[in-house]
Amino acid sequence: MAKRIEVSGLHAYYGGVHAIEDISMTIEPRSVTAFIGPSGCGKSTFLRTLNRMHEVIPGAYVEGKVLLDDEDLYASSVDPVAVRRSVGMVFQRPNPFPTMSIYDNVAAGLKLNGVRGKSRLDDIVEESLQGANLWNEVKDRLGKPGAGLSGGQQQRLCIARAIAVQPQVLLMDEPCSALDPISTLAIEDLIAKLKNQYTIVIVTHNMQQAARVSDRTAFFNIAGTGKPGKLIEIDDTSKIFTNPEVKATEDYITGRFG
Amino acid sequence: MTSDTGVETRVGAQHRAAGRPISTGRIGDKIFLHAARGSGILVLVIMAAIAVFLVWKAIPALQRNEASFLTAQDWDPNATPPKFGIAQLAFGTVMSSLLALLMATPVAIGIALFISFYAPRRLASGLGYVVDLLAAVPSIIYGLWGLLVLAPHMEGISKALNTALGWIPLFGGDSPGKNSIFTAGVVLAIMILPIISSISREVFVQVPRANVEAALALGATRWEMIRLSVLPYGRSGMVGAAMLGLGRAMGETIAVAMVLTFVPGINLHLLEDGGSTFAANIAKSFGEATDTGRGALIASGLVLFVITLVVNMAARAVVARRKEFV
Repeated sequence: MAKRIEVSGLHAYYGGVHAIEDISMTIEPRSVTAFIGPSGCGKSTFLRTLNRMHEVIPGAYVEGKVLLDDEDLYASSVDPVAVRRSVGMVFQRPNPFPTMSIYDNVAAGLKLNGVRGKSRLDDIVEESLQGANLWNEVKDRLGKPGAGLSGGQQQRLCIARAIAVQPQVLLMDEPCSALDPISTLAIEDLIAKLKNQYTIVIVTHNMQQAARVSDRTAFFNIAGTGKPGKLIEIDDTSKIFTNPEVKATEDYITGRFG
Repeated sequence: MTSDTGVETRVGAQHRAAGRPISTGRIGDKIFLHAARGSGILVLVIMAAIAVFLVWKAIPALQRNEASFLTAQDWDPNATPPKFGIAQLAFGTVMSSLLALLMATPVAIGIALFISFYAPRRLASGLGYVVDLLAAVPSIIYGLWGLLVLAPHMEGISKALNTALGWIPLFGGDSPGKNSIFTAGVVLAIMILPIISSISREVFVQVPRANVEAALALGATRWEMIRLSVLPYGRSGMVGAAMLGLGRAMGETIAVAMVLTFVPGINLHLLEDGGSTFAANIAKSFGEATDTGRGALIASGLVLFVITLVVNMAARAVVARRKEFV
């Protein structure tokens, strides 16, 4: 069910502000692609164009093409709601629904998709929580509020919620930046496991994390304040971290940036 | 009037508790400290003074009353011997306010949802302004409008409701009219619409962006997002808004007094002419009341004061509870 993403000539805007400029790349199925780059360079904006979450912000719009196995996500006949059902997303801060139990959080997306029947829901909830390496920690308190879990557990709950609907692609926007190192390790292990089933794209500020979890790495940069962000290069992670083509990439990775 | 006083008292008290000043010994700080403390105490003194005044004036009339104050339906405090009870007034007040609440709350929340999540931004701010403006229309205007414009149209609506839903006692009766508790309820509903709507809007604005995006990223439509994220988060806020609206409706005087035609006795058929409320009764009968009559009216005002106070306190408690789990 993992799908290939092909982006060509993509621009994104916030009202009159040109946020990212002319991005083209291919993301292979069943791989992890990491986006790195300085703050404000448009990594997260670009990530949000891949499931049409960018346009949720008032005044924001996108030009260009995003193909998901040959289907253009921005074709006029495509419903953004349907796109978001097949491209899941995990956010920087864990955001379980605060008034819902652990079980209901995981089942929320399933119910939106019309999955009915308690035993069927039970099965998928258990499967998703196991998929997110959270089942053993919460199986005795599925009825308790999701907001009562620790930060790392909440983030894994959000991952379980995202994978419960069996998306084709999983987008992660700095999923570990609000977590301690042990929870971070748990999420990274999980990413390695999920990669067998999903196309994963992760934005991270942590270079070691990009090196650890990803197969391919894309470096984004910005020419100056107010200028749009650009894709500098994308290549195999091992190549980006040892022998990048562009000098700016090397400077950023070795900490000589700016 | 009384409901407003009740709210302000608690708001004032809260400010005092939250912003307890720490004196640095500077003269400016000391002046501010005493001014702030004085204002806070003043509000409590005014509240206490109102309560004492009402009780003081009410007691002599209550002692002369030959009927049961709480259960009698007739209001004849000027007769000899004086006989008066609040049953009819309480019934009219509660029924007209509840009707108003039932009609206004869904519409007000709909307006708030539309302005917050559906309307284009430019339309939203204009619309919000217009809804808030409804609150600024004087109640006498609502009364005139209710009497001259709405009431004539209500006759047909009341008859239709009576025909369709006559098997429900509240909608039953033989002669549905236009100056009924139902009509008063409609006028009140329009009057409390802005307060419920604008408080609900404030609650909706506070829904964390993360919750909204969580739902959208799962592939929720706008309505599904509202159901998943906005309504659970705003539930107690909306309850609080409705209760404040209820408090306002119960205290409303002049619009109700203009719309209702007084007919003695409790009439369960809300579509028929008649009924009265505490506030409307005071406005209508105070002018020609004797000493005992005034005392009786003040006693009824005291009951209204207590009811609105309880409703407001319940509303505040519900709104405050929300803070615990956010």
